[in-house]
Amino acid sequence: MGQGSSLKQYALTRLGLIVPMVFILLTIVFLLMRVAPGNPVDAALGGHAPQAEINRITHELGYDKPLYVQYGDYLWNVVRGNFGTTISDRRSVGSIILVNGAATLELTFFAMLVAMTVGVLVGLLAGRFRDSPIDAGGRLFGIVVYATPVFFLGLLAQLVFGVWLGWLPTSDQASPLTQALLQTHTNIFFVDAIIDRNWSALWDVTKHLILPAATLGIVYGGVFIRLIRVNVIRTLKEDYIEAARARGITERHVVYRHAFRNALVPVVTVIGLQLALLLGGAVLTETTFNWPGIGHYLVLYIENRDYAAVQGIIVVFALVVVLVSVLIDFVNAFIDPRVRY
Amino acid sequence: MTTAAVRLQRRTVGLRRALGPIAQARGFARGMLWAGSGLTLLFVVLALFAPVLSPYAFDQYQSNGQRFGQLAHPGHGHILGTTVQSTDVLSRIVWGAQTELEVVGLALAFGLVIGVPLGLVSGYFGGVLDRGAVLFMDAMFAFPPLLLAIIIAFLLGGSVSSGVLVAALAITITYIPQYFRVVRNHVISVREEPYVEAARALGAKPLTILRRYVFFNVVQNVPVIATLNAADAVLTLTALGFIGYGVQPTQGAEWGYDVSRAVSDAASGIWWTGLFPGLAIVLLVTGLTLLGEGLNETINPVLRRRVIRRVDFAAPSLEPSSEILEP
Repeated sequence: MGQGSSLKQYALTRLGLIVPMVFILLTIVFLLMRVAPGNPVDAALGGHAPQAEINRITHELGYDKPLYVQYGDYLWNVVRGNFGTTISDRRSVGSIILVNGAATLELTFFAMLVAMTVGVLVGLLAGRFRDSPIDAGGRLFGIVVYATPVFFLGLLAQLVFGVWLGWLPTSDQASPLTQALLQTHTNIFFVDAIIDRNWSALWDVTKHLILPAATLGIVYGGVFIRLIRVNVIRTLKEDYIEAARARGITERHVVYRHAFRNALVPVVTVIGLQLALLLGGAVLTETTFNWPGIGHYLVLYIENRDYAAVQGIIVVFALVVVLVSVLIDFVNAFIDPRVRY
Repeated sequence: MTTAAVRLQRRTVGLRRALGPIAQARGFARGMLWAGSGLTLLFVVLALFAPVLSPYAFDQYQSNGQRFGQLAHPGHGHILGTTVQSTDVLSRIVWGAQTELEVVGLALAFGLVIGVPLGLVSGYFGGVLDRGAVLFMDAMFAFPPLLLAIIIAFLLGGSVSSGVLVAALAITITYIPQYFRVVRNHVISVREEPYVEAARALGAKPLTILRRYVFFNVVQNVPVIATLNAADAVLTLTALGFIGYGVQPTQGAEWGYDVSRAVSDAASGIWWTGLFPGLAIVLLVTGLTLLGEGLNETINPVLRRRVIRRVDFAAPSLEPSSEILEP
């Protein structure tokens, strides 16, 4: 690409690169799932199903075809948006994504809010007061938070706020009553409760959300602390900050108006880059808090050795990560013309 | 001087050059280095002397024919209490240190042995091979690392009996793309340096250039990455253990597994089975991170502030002169 390339051209190139990437992803997942020894149907049915039943389902799902035919079918299905059917409970992966994915979306969204709040606050303070005790404290906090496994923090949160203080529930997305009464519009309970104007349900959902979202968010916030601190330090050295100071603008105004805003721009990129990390953390958080998200189900399906389910969910995870990273690139290219190389 | 002696001398030069800035480190960086080394060393000692330091075996639930109490409070012969299976919490932590360090050591070794040469070759030769490798590694990057590790551990679990090996391989696979990327990008910039050009002009074979000139310049970044990765690897290993993959309960003590068992204890207010192994994870990972960050800031302040210059003029690619030996 030449120098005068436009945003459109950049977008096209970037989009074009998705195709081989996704193809490689799909192939890796397919091969990984076929490397495992044994008949996937037999494994998913617990290894005790009668042979005739196994044969029937194997044939029905096409596992008796040659590998290259299966591979072709699989690619074609994915292209049509069909990610397969689980073997153990015969759900379509698409519905798992819709129902359980919504729970994961709810959790990760609020976790991200917590992470941004923690990260921006601590990061800004540490960067602003560089090399002071505040900075040292902030950095140490960032490191310790990063070093804390999300499931351990979750366990502590359950102990303190759930068991000892008894303030908050420690598992599930909502109480059984709320789950029974709430209409499902989006499968995101928080949104559903608002749509229904069901405030007691909203309160219940929020209470269930606080511990998991805070746990994941605080751990994930460690990543932002580090990044924002470095950005603030770098921005405060820029010429325009010096110029603002020279114009006699108060230090407070310089810092909050001129430095912080610019320091936060690169954070957008990192959110995209760290999405994979967040999803990994979500798997653990969901398992700890018995949150019915897609990660929790993935772990359950792995335990049941349900290859079809695992394959479908992993593909969707990877697709989301790839697509979001492209989206973030677009946003960046839109904001910052230097990116459009 | 024999080649072996030269090589040894080169290594000591490198070591001295690497250790020099550490002695001069000041402020927060110095604190990080000391605290990090201290914590890491503590766990290394625990791991090495586990048989001496640990009161009981990691899966021992009785002594002299008498079964330990179930979920006994900390104190009375079990300083940190006992678990549901009547095993001693302290013993599991001490033996766990051994498991963690074994797995992480193996994973790092595998990752380096595979990732670094791949990055070297891919970056130096470029071309179609390089493009393909980059695309492949980028695709691997798109997987949430923990998920990839879980799947690998799950797939290998059936055929490889050693849990330590399974966990190490699962972790390795998530780190190879990272080593590959760092090394490859660095090689690409080093490839155009005058001294590499000179070697090429002298008629050195590509392999020789890679081994003698490129490798030593690129590999300097690796200790920092490796230390930080070690911290990350402990987290991945404990996460695997928490979900129930990797090191199996019969094969060794694993902190993540212990915490997973403690989740059900927590509902009845039992805190010691989860708190102590969890703290062990936090301390070890903090130690490794502090060490890595401290190294990063002291050895390579340029890298931290702004990535502009990575040319190292005193690189040990030349015959070591007395000047370099006695700085």
